[in-house]
Amino acid sequence: MSAVLELAKAIPEPFPIPSVEAVASLDRVTKRFPNGVIALADLSLTLRRGEVVALLGPNGAGKSTAVKLLMGLSSPTSGTVSIFGADPRNHAARMRTGVMLQVGKAPEMLRVREHIEVFRGYYPNPMAYADLIQVAGLMGIESRFFGQLSGGQKQRVLFALALAGDPDLVFLDEPTVGLDVKSRRGMWAQIELLAARDKTVLLTTHYLEEADSLAQRIVVIDKGRIVCEGTPAEVKSLGSAAPGTETGTSVKIIRCATTIPTHVLLNIPGVTSATVNGELTTILTRQAESTMRELLALDLSLHSMDVQSPKLEDAFLALTGDHE
Amino acid sequence: MSTATLDLPRINPLMRSLPIFLREARYEFIRLLRTRSFSFSVVGFPVVFYLFFGIIMNRGQQIGAISVAKYVLASYAVFGMVGAALFGIGVGLAADLAAGWLDLKRASPMPPLAYVLAKCCSAVFFGILIVSLLALMGITLGNVSLSFAEYARMIALTVAGVIPFVCMGLALSLLVPFSSAPGIINMIYLPMSFCGGLWVPLMFLPHFMQTLAVLMPTYHLGQLMLGAFGYASTGTTLSHWYGLLGFTLLMLGIAAIGLRRLEQNS
Repeated sequence: MSAVLELAKAIPEPFPIPSVEAVASLDRVTKRFPNGVIALADLSLTLRRGEVVALLGPNGAGKSTAVKLLMGLSSPTSGTVSIFGADPRNHAARMRTGVMLQVGKAPEMLRVREHIEVFRGYYPNPMAYADLIQVAGLMGIESRFFGQLSGGQKQRVLFALALAGDPDLVFLDEPTVGLDVKSRRGMWAQIELLAARDKTVLLTTHYLEEADSLAQRIVVIDKGRIVCEGTPAEVKSLGSAAPGTETGTSVKIIRCATTIPTHVLLNIPGVTSATVNGELTTILTRQAESTMRELLALDLSLHSMDVQSPKLEDAFLALTGDHE
Repeated sequence: MSTATLDLPRINPLMRSLPIFLREARYEFIRLLRTRSFSFSVVGFPVVFYLFFGIIMNRGQQIGAISVAKYVLASYAVFGMVGAALFGIGVGLAADLAAGWLDLKRASPMPPLAYVLAKCCSAVFFGILIVSLLALMGITLGNVSLSFAEYARMIALTVAGVIPFVCMGLALSLLVPFSSAPGIINMIYLPMSFCGGLWVPLMFLPHFMQTLAVLMPTYHLGQLMLGAFGYASTGTTLSHWYGLLGFTLLMLGIAAIGLRRLEQNS
């Protein structure tokens, strides 16, 4: 882990501070709960106008704590949180912010239309009702009770509630959980449209594909700290370089069923890590071709071989996993 | 680095909040009315109890100059409104808290008071509905003669009397996890109603329970309701108001502790 952190620091600041205005920021925020758990440790994060930022991290990394602080639902132990230059609890700040949270149960005996009317009523200049229905894909289910909806439909209603006030800043906490492929693509298109309209979006997700295709910037956090931050391409290369190599450009992942023990694998030139998961062994190497030749020579019964370039998912695992 | 600033037209916050509050209250009431598990039991229990114990068992009976059906109407009206307040607020708020729905509401620009007042008003509406239904049953089935002034006093007492129990619901919802809220509230509601003399008139209870009743908010509200008919048995009107006030403050204090605990953990 420490190697990863050093690497993260060694990478030059990928974003020469642009002149675009900061919409929301966490400045050296620490959050300690009364039971002693430190959810965020000295974390700084700035969202600029018109960008889509994805917050990635394993469970318990501090993602939702960060979102709760930005929404003013919780206050930091130290550091400052600001939204549009004001405290997040400021009424005017909330007027320009929309939130989609993972809600277990919304009042079930209200119709979709009624839920939307209630939230539109909070804002002086809400988004037009027909537009909201269109954007969230709720045509035809407006008169249903919330309790009658499928999981995906519920998510879309919550998305509509987040956009009810036509906000400039939108927090989306795991927005596409439970959606089928078609609705997920539909929501992605809407999120892209938000960014095109100069809105700022902070998205937490565990679908790496989602962060990869939507976000201009990915912030990976683990144990309350930022592990790395950059464009999806930068995060990917950083992740594949993580286990201690100098460059991440030529790293490949080899998966195969083999009887060769790990300590032997680690001695093959180019191999940086080897892990066994059930039948399959996963090997990270900088010299894929020579490693493969060596593997085949060492184990004649080797089978099910598969070679891949690292994906964001691997980067993510490499960055947040433990490397003792 | 420049920072976006806030620029909103200044509107009188009260004028802006009023329609929000009215909409919130209307939908809260509609929602509870549609939630059959709530509306059937909260309205159904006092109706069935009054039908059995007030009307069928005591047909045309008098104790001295007092009509039993009318005497019992007062206590079952209180029983009904207390249930509406405890379950509407206690279970409703605990559910919103547990599901994260309250977080979403708090993160929105909704004035927090609108949420609490909407729940409160909805409990008052249910109280009025139950009291009116029982009064109607008494008049049509139990030969109860109820003057308009007496009915008006009942409604006024409902509006005021629901408040201490709304506060109790608030305190319970903050302390009790949602999964066990309905059970725990029943365990408080039913004994509290019995000990306050709402099921069986106080004079028929053992002496030690009559003494104990002074601690029950249901006793004080019950006596005030009987007073609205001119039947009060013990204590002065003022002492009952003080009793309810004290109970309300106690519940608000407990709710404040629960709220602080919640904020520390969020």
